[in-house]
Amino acid sequence: MNGPAIRIDNLSRDFGPIKALDKLSLEVPSGSIFGFLGPNGSGKTTTIHLLLGLLEPTGGRAEVLGFDTQKHGDAVRARTGALLEHAGLYEQMTAEENLEFHGRINRLGAGERQSRMKELLGQFDLWERRRERIVKWSRGMKQKLAIARALLHRPSLVFLDEPTAGLDVVAAAAVRDDLATLAAGEGVTFFLTTHNMAEAEKLCRRVAVIRQGRLLAVGHPDELRARTNGPRVEVVGRGFSREALDLLRSRPEVSAVESQDNRLSIHLRRAGEVAPLVRLLVNAGAEVEEVLKDKASLEEVFLKLMEEEK
Amino acid sequence: MISDIGTVIWRERKTLFRYRGSRLRTVLSVLVPVVLVAVYFPWQVEDWADSYASLFSAVVPMMMVLLTVPDSFAGERERHTLGTLLSTRLPDRAILFGKLVVSVGLGFWMMLGVLALALVTANTAHWDGQVHFYSATVLLVDLGFGLLLAALIAGAGVLISLRASTVQEAQQLLGVTVMTPPMVLGLVALLLRERIADLVEGVGATSAVLIVMAALAAAAAGLVTAAAARFRRARLILD
Repeated sequence: MNGPAIRIDNLSRDFGPIKALDKLSLEVPSGSIFGFLGPNGSGKTTTIHLLLGLLEPTGGRAEVLGFDTQKHGDAVRARTGALLEHAGLYEQMTAEENLEFHGRINRLGAGERQSRMKELLGQFDLWERRRERIVKWSRGMKQKLAIARALLHRPSLVFLDEPTAGLDVVAAAAVRDDLATLAAGEGVTFFLTTHNMAEAEKLCRRVAVIRQGRLLAVGHPDELRARTNGPRVEVVGRGFSREALDLLRSRPEVSAVESQDNRLSIHLRRAGEVAPLVRLLVNAGAEVEEVLKDKASLEEVFLKLMEEEK
Repeated sequence: MISDIGTVIWRERKTLFRYRGSRLRTVLSVLVPVVLVAVYFPWQVEDWADSYASLFSAVVPMMMVLLTVPDSFAGERERHTLGTLLSTRLPDRAILFGKLVVSVGLGFWMMLGVLALALVTANTAHWDGQVHFYSATVLLVDLGFGLLLAALIAGAGVLISLRASTVQEAQQLLGVTVMTPPMVLGLVALLLRERIADLVEGVGATSAVLIVMAALAAAAAGLVTAAAARFRRARLILD
């Protein structure tokens, strides 16, 4: 697909007096993992429901894979996969039966169903347990099965609503690794909602931040960092005199300098060479032991955006 | 659409009575009417195969629908599978009718079994040297009555289940809803028994049964239509 996988134009949805989504406009490029970040109740799940044509918008419109979600919701659902807030698996059925059901729904032939099941269950290390009823499986295993189900019919776009929520650290890391592998291998667009910033940072090439139904920022994680906090250099050492700090502050690439004990924090306007700054400190009599190039985490960016919005 | 209904039927059959407690509850709930209709009544009624006493067999599909429809509809919500089901390409109608076909169909097959068993009981209890079968009219009326009653309760069951948050709540509400009209009608029939007897005598027993069946058919069609109107993604996702 050449155009964006998702195009949202002024999309709004009210629930009585509550604006769950407020004139959201957004484009999601094809073939990557797009992170949709926001705190609980910010409108992430409502957005997915609207994009799948499960809810009707109060205003605006959205296109998914070129189909209008209101007029052609059935076409959208036929070409997408979804893992919603619950895994949505039939726990009294086996893993194989759960996938078979979705294979039948998507009209895969018996041979294709079987080979695709083998491929996906093998990828998630679940093939040997395919004939077990999943009621006694761990949450991580169920979540992997639910992701396999969403991918079964080779959809062009997959919606994942908090795919690692409630998983322990090991299971969450395993799911993240699998997602990264699948995104690279299958060439699928993933629309991933999460409030786990580390997850978004690891997986997503583009992210959007939403709060109370309103879009706060969208772009590559580095672009968001640049918009909120520039790159940072931490210098550990001794003898950071007032003159040395004033010299640093007079440099055009430096936006702020903070000093605490034997540690200097230099905020830069843009990423660049650090060596001239270190040389300046040394020439001014400082003893430098360690220099760390640092950038703000996505979590810091997210918190700053939330703070600004308040 | 037909293939989608088939897919839903395939899934429903896979989990029928697999959920905890539902198997025992179903056996106990169905056993009493089955014993009554397949053993006790034909043992008591001498001309079972030729009389409308066999209409009691309609209680069997009714009981099955009463148990399976709430589990099938409210169960999807309770077990958090509804959202995922709605996010697939299955049309609303295919989901609805696939589920209804399984519930009503199962009740109907059980009714056939009960009617056959009742025939064995009746022939054994009242053996006169030859095997008696149901007359064509009685059999058609029995089957029609059972099917219509099951469809009527299924329609009501869908409407109630979509508003209930748990299977138990749906079953209780449906039980009360299903039991109320027969109790009211029974009371009315008791009070007006002489006039009703005159009316039945006037039109004939078969015509009276057909009139009741026509009323049941209209009510069942109305309820199933209402259920189809209610069973829409945009509404279900909000519940």
